[in-house]
Amino acid sequence: MGLTLNETFLAIFCALAILSLIATGAGQWVTSRTMDTVRLTRLAIVNSRVRSSWSVLALFTVAFVIGPNALLVVFALASFFALREFVSLTPIKSSDHWALVVAFYLVIPAQYLLLGFGRANLFAVFIPVYVFLLMPVVMAIKQDTEFYLQRVAKVQWGLMISVYCVSHAPAIATLPIRGYEDRGPLLLLFFLLILFLTDLLQVIASTLLGGTPLKVNLNKTAKGALAGGAAGVLIGTALWWLTPFLWWQALGMSALIVGSGFMGTVVLSLVKRSLGAKQWDSELVLTRGVLERLDALMFAAPVFWQVTRYIWVIRADL
Amino acid sequence: MKLLPPIVWLVRLLVGAYPRWIGSAPTATQRVYFANHTSHMDTIVLWAALPGALRANTRPVAARDYWDKPGLRGTIAKEELNVVMIDRSRADPDADPLDPLRDALEHGFSLIMFPEGTRSAQPLPGEFKSGLYHLATAFPAVELIPVYIENLHRSMPKGALLPVPIICTVRFGGALRLRADEDKDDFLQRARNAVAQLAG
Repeated sequence: MGLTLNETFLAIFCALAILSLIATGAGQWVTSRTMDTVRLTRLAIVNSRVRSSWSVLALFTVAFVIGPNALLVVFALASFFALREFVSLTPIKSSDHWALVVAFYLVIPAQYLLLGFGRANLFAVFIPVYVFLLMPVVMAIKQDTEFYLQRVAKVQWGLMISVYCVSHAPAIATLPIRGYEDRGPLLLLFFLLILFLTDLLQVIASTLLGGTPLKVNLNKTAKGALAGGAAGVLIGTALWWLTPFLWWQALGMSALIVGSGFMGTVVLSLVKRSLGAKQWDSELVLTRGVLERLDALMFAAPVFWQVTRYIWVIRADL
Repeated sequence: MKLLPPIVWLVRLLVGAYPRWIGSAPTATQRVYFANHTSHMDTIVLWAALPGALRANTRPVAARDYWDKPGLRGTIAKEELNVVMIDRSRADPDADPLDPLRDALEHGFSLIMFPEGTRSAQPLPGEFKSGLYHLATAFPAVELIPVYIENLHRSMPKGALLPVPIICTVRFGGALRLRADEDKDDFLQRARNAVAQLAG
């Protein structure tokens, strides 16, 4: 292809904007012509998914126009809101106050700064090793032994899922792949598009194909999840030209994203319920919660980052 | 320069302060909002949970010994929150500490008050002081709205210096009226229960 990087970005931006516009318009048009209440609720779910396409577009534009560092701010805020929601759902005692102060005001900025300064090796072990060991120490200062392990474990889990896992999404845009320099935002776009389209297609396919709703996600059925997942993998394969992968490699990586993303949906739904949230659409937040919006990304981002980094950065440089 | 808007945004970022109108609607009726008191942030959180249009006409009631100080806190309290100062110390034994509240209600303002008088360590409110009863007798037309502020004690426990981000909801219950045959203690107990019930 004879396109420069800027032209590629512009072409993709226009294509995405037009697609989003069509999908939003179609969603509104069908909604306005439907009277049936059951269909209307289904349509509302589909339309809420279509609306997230605009956030994908906004993220991509920010990454391209301002540069990948702007993404760090966006995702650091996402981590902040996810951790805030996690802590709200978790019974944590007042003696854990200092641990939470450290988690919110030190760990979140540190994790994203490590990424910003290109310290990928430390970035990958900072929370699982150093913060993992630091948290129980901070929480030991108060000498409160009641439920000590449970309290420490919950703060560690909250940090892993909402800070460590989420921070791997912007890290995708910074992978130093040889022959793919400056194109990081395209790889992130590939990743986000697959997650977003799979979710959308799963919801649509679940409506069309019917069946019993999945216990972990009432908006999806087993048939719909499978069909939507397969479609997501196919779309990912067709987008191989966005990535440093060959078409069959793109197929494998798409399957990895779809598969790990689905695991994320399942696990986070169980986590949220075991914390006592009444339902997915928690009354704590006005619309869908941050944890629910990011559930697939939380699992898919670290897996995709690790595998891509191992095969296309570390092994390629051997 | 207005200092309140950035403070309200900071409060939203930290604790959300999402309103839940359970038994009443956000209308311009003259009201006394009374809530449980667990943190220094209560006043600003309840204020932030009200729609912008109602805030201009709603004045928080606060203790003079805490709020009336030179510096940032006092400036915001007096010039932007338009706080009704109440004298907890009763320096002048003849003055009725409720007078400034009556004055504000006579001028058509709504009030935000914390009838426990001081912060309690647990989320459920303790005994109410009698001020709410005296206002209810003097102003039967003013709606008394019970409010429960959830989770805020977890964000900033007593003695903490920094608030921790936690989603906090502000629940507004249905209006309470003084019954004809009701004495002070019964009414205060009923008002306290109305707040506790919102805790769910």
